[in-house]
Amino acid sequence: MADEFPADSWRQSIDLPSERGSSRLVTDPLLEQLGLHGWSPDDVFAIHLAAEEALVNAVVHGNRLDPAKTVHVECRVSPELVRLEITDQGEGFDPESVPDCTLEERLEAPGGRGVMLMRSFMTRIEYNAKGNSVLLEKRRGDKPTAG
Amino acid sequence: MATQRIEVSKTGDVSVVRFRDRKILDEAVIQELGAELSALVEFDNRKAILLDFEGVEFLSSAALGKLITFDRKLKTAQGRLKMCGISPGILEVFQVTKLNKVFDIRPTAAEAIAAF
Repeated sequence: MADEFPADSWRQSIDLPSERGSSRLVTDPLLEQLGLHGWSPDDVFAIHLAAEEALVNAVVHGNRLDPAKTVHVECRVSPELVRLEITDQGEGFDPESVPDCTLEERLEAPGGRGVMLMRSFMTRIEYNAKGNSVLLEKRRGDKPTAG
Repeated sequence: MATQRIEVSKTGDVSVVRFRDRKILDEAVIQELGAELSALVEFDNRKAILLDFEGVEFLSSAALGKLITFDRKLKTAQGRLKMCGISPGILEVFQVTKLNKVFDIRPTAAEAIAAF
């Protein structure tokens, strides 16, 4: 894949501990960079939401809060494109097996909305074959899609 | 019960709940929030509750789960729940997840209170 990021784009590479709250190690600098790169409040909200959902999924569901495991995060920000690649050390899962949370019978389920929100608010989301790594991309100005 | 995450006031019979946190995403905060909301029903026996999201900028899916659980608890107690003051971004979250069909969402506190 051709690199769509300019050479001077911001990037972060970090290994998160598998503990609650560790997502802020990614989201705090990410939000700062989104502001510096002139991203709109709507796009910042969307990226923050998707990143938070993906990071929590990796820490809580992927690594099961195992202190021996980490979540590797690669993050890049340019004025036109944001990319996050989040990889946990868990067994993986099949994202297609997540029930549709908008079905009538599942509307009042307390969980299961994270993947759906990521798909709705980001331009692109791809899982690897194992299901332990997700790529999130947001292009400036893309609108979320109401399901 | 002393509350850290919410502020509760009364307008007539309606208990108006406002949130101290602008971003509701931290797991510990969400757990505390859930406990404080539950106490309104379990210990205070409040029946008409309005959640005013004025000032709340961010809500994770885990927080949505707590709201669903709270709504169910209140309905079981024959109570009613409404929401207001939701920012455009968070409203889109409710719309995308179709939770706008589960919750009674009004633009302002005045409209919500009048609808009880």
